[in-house]
Amino acid sequence: MSTHADTHAHEDDHGHHHKETFVTKYIFSQDHKMISKQYLITGTIMGVIGVLMSIMFRMQIAWPEEPNILFEALLGKWAPGGVMDADIYLALVTIHGTIMVFFVLTAGLSGTFSNLLIPLQIGARDMASGFLNMISYWLFFLSSVIMIISLFVEAGPAAAGWTIYPPLSALPMAQGGSGMGMTLWLVSMAIFIASSLLGSLNYIVTVINLRTKGMSMTRLPLTVWAFFVTAIIGVVSFPVLLSAALLLIMDRSFGTSFFLSDIFIQGEVLHYQGGSPVLFEHLFWFLGHPEVYIVILPAMGMVSEIMASNSRKPIFGYRAMIASILAIAFLSTIVWGHHMFISGMNPFLGSVFTFTTLLIAIPSAVKAFNWITTIWKGNLQMNTAMLFSIGFVSTFITGGLTGIILGDSALDINVHDTYFVIAHFHLVMGISALYGMFAGVYHWYPRMFGRMMNKNLGYIHFWVTAICAYGVFFPMHFIGMAGLPRRYYTNSAFPLFDDLANVNVVITVFAIIGGAFQLVFLYNFFVSIFFGKKAPQNPWRSTTLEWTAPVKHIHGNWPGEIPHVYRWAYDYSKPGHDVDFVPQNIPLKEGEEELQH
Amino acid sequence: MTAFLTIIIVLFVAVAIWQMVKIFDLAQVGVSNSQIATDNDNKINAYLMLAFLAFIYIITIVCFVKWGDLPLMSNAASEHGSQIDNLMIISMVIIFIVQTVTQFLLHYFAYKYRGEKGKKALFYADNNTLEAIWTIIPVIVLAGLIIYGLFTWTSIMNVNEDDDPLVIELYAQQFSWKARYGGNDNTLGKANVRLINLDNANILGLDESDPNAQDDIITTEVHLPVGKPVLFKMRSQDVLHSAYMPHFRAQMNCVPGMVTQFGFTPTVTTAEMRQTPEIMEKVANINRIRVEKSKELAAKGEPALDPYEFDYLLLCNKICGKSHYNMQMNIIVETQEEYDAWIKEQKEFKDSLIK
Ligand code: HEM
Ligand SMILES: [Cu+2]
Ligand SMILES: [Cu+2]
Repeated sequence: MSTHADTHAHEDDHGHHHKETFVTKYIFSQDHKMISKQYLITGTIMGVIGVLMSIMFRMQIAWPEEPNILFEALLGKWAPGGVMDADIYLALVTIHGTIMVFFVLTAGLSGTFSNLLIPLQIGARDMASGFLNMISYWLFFLSSVIMIISLFVEAGPAAAGWTIYPPLSALPMAQGGSGMGMTLWLVSMAIFIASSLLGSLNYIVTVINLRTKGMSMTRLPLTVWAFFVTAIIGVVSFPVLLSAALLLIMDRSFGTSFFLSDIFIQGEVLHYQGGSPVLFEHLFWFLGHPEVYIVILPAMGMVSEIMASNSRKPIFGYRAMIASILAIAFLSTIVWGHHMFISGMNPFLGSVFTFTTLLIAIPSAVKAFNWITTIWKGNLQMNTAMLFSIGFVSTFITGGLTGIILGDSALDINVHDTYFVIAHFHLVMGISALYGMFAGVYHWYPRMFGRMMNKNLGYIHFWVTAICAYGVFFPMHFIGMAGLPRRYYTNSAFPLFDDLANVNVVITVFAIIGGAFQLVFLYNFFVSIFFGKKAPQNPWRSTTLEWTAPVKHIHGNWPGEIPHVYRWAYDYSKPGHDVDFVPQNIPLKEGEEELQH
Repeated sequence: MTAFLTIIIVLFVAVAIWQMVKIFDLAQVGVSNSQIATDNDNKINAYLMLAFLAFIYIITIVCFVKWGDLPLMSNAASEHGSQIDNLMIISMVIIFIVQTVTQFLLHYFAYKYRGEKGKKALFYADNNTLEAIWTIIPVIVLAGLIIYGLFTWTSIMNVNEDDDPLVIELYAQQFSWKARYGGNDNTLGKANVRLINLDNANILGLDESDPNAQDDIITTEVHLPVGKPVLFKMRSQDVLHSAYMPHFRAQMNCVPGMVTQFGFTPTVTTAEMRQTPEIMEKVANINRIRVEKSKELAAKGEPALDPYEFDYLLLCNKICGKSHYNMQMNIIVETQEEYDAWIKEQKEFKDSLIK
């Protein structure tokens, strides 16, 4: 069943005759392990920028129109006298959203861990195409650079929200940020999509073709299943965003009317005729909703793996976990309309999307229950990665449950575009995926850098982050239910909301503390690269193949032959064995039955 | 002030980190300095899991008590609003139960099954009955919610033309609202932004030759007679906006190039709403805050804030540019007589044009 590619193993075994230069090793590397680090570091830098932005706009909401030295220092002309300008506020929320969703939680997360783990866990020497892999990273890098450059445009960066609905995003006279800033945003995203597609195709081909002997699909770790399905969703949905972006570029620069019609702005009628902004919304969310699962599925995969390993128990319901990944993937492509209940589309369509949307809660619930059962009667090793995994399940439940309200079109009428939505998606996607990413970093750090991260700093990082995450996003449900719209520069124009001002201060204080404590992580991360304790071969005593490869990275991952696989990835605490884990490359004992999964 | 606060917080954070590293280090005495969790780590973190569970419950309770008068639940000012509120309450109760139970199981298990040397985990990989149970239970609950939700949604969105609703256009532009009434014939005249002529004050682009347009009435406030169905027709002249009327549980986007609609029946007049205990309390609270704020302002030599009085509002709830945060219009619900008196005073379109 599993085709495997030992074809170029031989070349690798005998080492490389050409010397690796600094450039080929660290910069234009085609080795998946190096590319994964490049993704991680780029994603981290983008993440720092995104967090800084959020701290700034949170300060503005909490202390509206007050001078702030931080603004003065960082925003320059956009904060005359240290008072934030309304345009830059919108730009900050826009770029924050874009960076977090795409650059950190899509590229930073999938890029890092799909690259690191797919070859290592399926027993492959590298990705199917190292060259495409390298191109994929560098396109991502290029798109990041362009996104950053767009921050310095004279008229301001894109400011139409991360969903960039036209006409606002199409008309420079509607908003300063819709000029050069939006052009760069679109160019950056187009390149990003190309990068993402190359990456995804590579992951898909690698998983299908390069599994080692014995690694059948039903022996794959759930991580690989998640990366694999994520890549498929990406290939299906990202091109639609690309087409939306291209059509928007045409409307902006070549006078077409795909999304625009009947517009009178600043004293003149524009020529656009016959287009519809609602069409853009459909195209955007056709990607946009699958996108949120592109973000969360890899995190789910890693959490499943880390929970099993640290519980010293098999993941509960391996088959059900795969089935729910597939169900989520399928359903995620037919629910996009729940972002558009009140966009003006036919209410009957709204009914259909309510139906499909609430269906998606079912596989999500199955996953949550399976995780909880996985830790039941386990022997839980509270490593930092495990804490973040438990945190993941907690925030995923809290955030997912409010999806049931939002997905109900009748209820969405009144909370759409309020802080209730912000609370929902930050908990279920933002925080959860971030936890998944942290869990992944803490767990596979020894594999990436050959050293261990500091445990106690990890604990501090987790507990403070966990408290602040709830402190920031839980109260937002309530101000949302009180009718407070999102994307308001200040709420002082509405005395109606005066009694919510103190909630906003509480939220901001939590945000500042939470943001500041990420420095603990950064410190731990970077210092441990050089000064961390040397990692043992298999620090967490896990069963998957990556831990059989040497700590020191070599090209081709394993010296000599690639390990063969004889069992699934979750033989933890299996009766009849002395140790509480049996790696996948250990043959079945005589008379031992493989759990047929 | 903020700068000072920021510095204080940064300092506080630094001290806190230092303290915590010390605490965790102290808890480690005598244990090998490995980076892998020891029994002691397992224990500490297991207890912290319990504490965290408590934290989740506490923050939930605090939020409900402090900010959970849920201003927009159970005092809807429209007929369908109470349907939405009921559905909302049912959904909230279900969510609350599921949240409480699952968080308990998760954190309690994390506490109970903390690792210890020599302990062995249960090899328990699968159970089809369990999987079936927790597939079917959500299916049933969700089926109920879906059916209830869809009935509510359909009844809200289907406008019954037989009720002879009062037709009002809500017209959005960066960054203000206008309302247009159909006049005596209750029929809106044809309009398109291409017909806008600022020179003769045809600001909404009405078709000046359309007989239905002549008696249209354009206002900057919405007045609604209580108990009479209204049908709003939304238009936008430039970018997307969203007409959000939270007290009526009503919202619809305004989309350039098309006309969208939303209908409801207001049930409580503005005057009555001002007299309800919840609103009186809310207003008093807000005014207390405004008085405090005014004192601060006075110290800086700035004018004091006006006292707040409750009004229904129309807010813009779709990002639309720089002043998105301040795009509002008052909605006044009043008796039929008051409404008639008001509308009689408004100028008809044909008289409002500059000849
Ligand atoms: C239990 C299943 C879920 C349901 C029923 C659900 C439902 C919804 C609905 C209806 C909205 C639109 C709300 C509005 O704009 O008025 C929404 C927004 C959103 N959801 Fe979910 N959701 C679920 C799970 C998730 C998950 C797992 C993620 C991500 C991993 C996610 C991410 C988002 C995001 C990013 C938005 C907001 C986008 C924006 O407007 O900027 N949701 N969700
Ligand atoms: Cu969605
Ligand atoms: Cu607006």
